[in-house]
Amino acid sequence: MGESYSAFLYLIASICFIMALRGLSSPDTARGGNYFGIAGMVIAVLTTLATPHVVSYWLIIVGLLIGGAIGTFIARQIQMTALPQLVAAFHSLVGLAAVCVACAAFAAPEDYGIGVRGNIHGASLVEMALGLTIGAITFTGSIVAFAKLQGLVSGAPLIFPGQHLVNAALGAALILLIVLFALTESPASFVLLVLLSLAFGFLLILPIGGADMPVVISMLNSYSGWAACGIGFTLSNSLLIITGALVGSSGAILSYIMCKGMNRSIFHVILGGFGGEGVVASAGHGAGDRMVKSGSAEDAAFILKNAGSVIIVPGYGMAVAQAQHSLKAMTDDLKKDGVKVSYAIHPVAGRMPGHMNVLLAEANVPYDDVKELDEINRDFASTDVAFVIGANDVTNPAAKTDRASPIYGMPILDVEHAKTVLFVKRSMASGYAGVENELFYRDNTMMLFGDAKKMCDEIVKALE
Amino acid sequence: MADPASLAQTAGELAGTAQQLANQLRDLAQTLTVVSQQTPAVGTTPFVFELTVFALAVFVGYYVVWRVTPALHSPLMSVTNAVSSVIIVGALIAAGPHGFSFAKVMGFVAVTLAAVNIFGGFIVTQRMLQMFQRKK
Repeated sequence: MGESYSAFLYLIASICFIMALRGLSSPDTARGGNYFGIAGMVIAVLTTLATPHVVSYWLIIVGLLIGGAIGTFIARQIQMTALPQLVAAFHSLVGLAAVCVACAAFAAPEDYGIGVRGNIHGASLVEMALGLTIGAITFTGSIVAFAKLQGLVSGAPLIFPGQHLVNAALGAALILLIVLFALTESPASFVLLVLLSLAFGFLLILPIGGADMPVVISMLNSYSGWAACGIGFTLSNSLLIITGALVGSSGAILSYIMCKGMNRSIFHVILGGFGGEGVVASAGHGAGDRMVKSGSAEDAAFILKNAGSVIIVPGYGMAVAQAQHSLKAMTDDLKKDGVKVSYAIHPVAGRMPGHMNVLLAEANVPYDDVKELDEINRDFASTDVAFVIGANDVTNPAAKTDRASPIYGMPILDVEHAKTVLFVKRSMASGYAGVENELFYRDNTMMLFGDAKKMCDEIVKALE
Repeated sequence: MADPASLAQTAGELAGTAQQLANQLRDLAQTLTVVSQQTPAVGTTPFVFELTVFALAVFVGYYVVWRVTPALHSPLMSVTNAVSSVIIVGALIAAGPHGFSFAKVMGFVAVTLAAVNIFGGFIVTQRMLQMFQRKK
């Protein structure tokens, strides 16, 4: 196939990918968008297979079969609760693939038309080094994120003295190495670059705590795009450049939205340390002897049944308890009794952007009932019951009033304006940010202690 | 001394040399074109062209992604993840040649990794989007 033909087909594939993202602007068009994405990928792969460079197919077919089988198996088995760690794991694969392609391009530059071994074009070397570095950082960074999300290591930030200094030195060393590599093209500097980048990715994500995971995972999404972009520049392939740029900006926007949802700057997130035990001290109010009102499932059922309108605020705790189906059953009963039910989703609810929406959709909650913070926040004042299940920090009024609080300035759901607030929680423990929630002690708050799923099931029983 | 036979022979030899020179010149010209096409001198057209494509794609990405409804941010992540595995294009080229080499092994590994991502990413996105179907 001629070069202009393949360039043309790559262009079509790029447009398909843009359409795939475009489709996600509404749930109705989203599935069509996904088909565009698949079509784009098929076109891209077939076009590449038809280029004169590719003459031996058996290894490729073996790779596609193995990878395809593994991917299909995982994607079918995975629980929606585990989505964040799955995405993190997938990001790491993109990163590693970028590293492999950079290695291949360095070892056999003539296959890619970027020069010959020992005499690769200068620009290609820089681009290759960038793709390699970002890919390696994405790889190890995503592995750490995966381990934290999967609970293999503690979600608490891992901090050691001089950490920022080490990271800064490592970053500077990476830049120097890229320059050195571009000037000398020495295999030693290539290997060193790989090793340092791997270490850097590891150290970069280690100090970031569980509460910041939505940002981290979006950030790694962005990195995986930029890595593809770097490889695209190396190979002078517009398809890779376009796709990488799309993915990179997508991840960057998501990181921005997540940061805004927590009122934290991306810089602070990267520096890390948020959500550790050290923060608990700043909770201004001594909890010890203050009274909380706690109730049973029957009490909650009574209150809910007699309410005119209920807003449900789900959080990560709901996901952990797998309570979404029981919650749906509860709201179905309430709806039958004529109660108006809607759901309020905070931007950073869950462990990745949009995680709660997926879990609710999985439980067949109609997506028209599910509202974003801006849409619904005003409605709390005219609502009878706010039913908070597995969420805490995102409802904490300290974010509006207490300047000393670590979550000060974070946009919150104004559940305190509802006539009654029901909190489903396992214990009085503070949320991820380690901050005491003033709401628990208010007169119009009732705590429902217990596992989220069990509590919902019991409420359903009491309602019937 | 100037017998026609030797003159004709000399002329014949000269013509042969001229032909050889012409051939060499043609080869040289061809090589030159190939080289001039292959060498993207730093900072000239190919790189600027790539940069143009890149910058425009970033803008397209920016506007398209801001239009994505927040409810679908998780599918957005998984689909961008699948799509970024288009890096398989580079892997296929590495795994494509005959014979056996380090580059080919790297290509094979990258093809396998990217394939996990492509299949996994699109399927999990599809699963999610199925849940967002409007219930009749």
